[in-house]
Amino acid sequence: MAKFSAAVTGSRIDIAEETRLATPAGEAGAVVTFLGFCRDEGGRLAELELEHYPGMAEREIARILQEATERWSLLSARCLHRYGRVRPGEEIVFLACASTHRQAAFEAAEFVMDFLKTRAPFWKREHLIDGTVGDWVTAKDTDDHSASRWHKL
Amino acid sequence: MKIVYFAWIRERIGVAEEEVVLPAGVLTVGDLLRYLKTQSDNHAAALQAPEVVRVAIDQEHVDHAQPLEGAKEIAIFPPMTGG
Repeated sequence: MAKFSAAVTGSRIDIAEETRLATPAGEAGAVVTFLGFCRDEGGRLAELELEHYPGMAEREIARILQEATERWSLLSARCLHRYGRVRPGEEIVFLACASTHRQAAFEAAEFVMDFLKTRAPFWKREHLIDGTVGDWVTAKDTDDHSASRWHKL
Repeated sequence: MKIVYFAWIRERIGVAEEEVVLPAGVLTVGDLLRYLKTQSDNHAAALQAPEVVRVAIDQEHVDHAQPLEGAKEIAIFPPMTGG
């Protein structure tokens, strides 16, 4: 059984260190990492505020990682997601999937991100450069479509 | 029963959580959403389109037909936008 771990954090993510930790020495032929970043939205955005459901957020990410390890032959999977205030250019989410051969890690990483977008309890709100509090970000139908393509036949 | 709210649903209702004593006949998630909607103008504004609202019972996603029996904490929130 592959090792998987999920965490939420109010701090910056040390990408180099997390990537190193996610790489099982010797066994892994491939580690696929994904990083999700905060955009500046054409220079309008000062910060993104990320609200989360403490407890469920970690549990839901862990459930998605567990499902990925059941569907693909992974050596490990690790995901960190930030909450609180995030500035443009900063990372929001880190994911690493390790496998013996690359295909399992690539596919599992895409699966985890598609499900994380629609199932992990996080909500984004924009804070703009001009000092106004913008809207809550609206969920995209395309996210549901991306997740639904993984449904088992 | 403890109800917790998130994001714009929390803001429209005006509290992050509340204790609710369910009246007889409120048996499912759908029943609960319809009942809460009648509790104040704020609740009505937050839950005006219950079909878009997502619900978790004891930190697991459920659909609106799910029975409430045995639930300790019910979370009500908009579609998620993480990642």
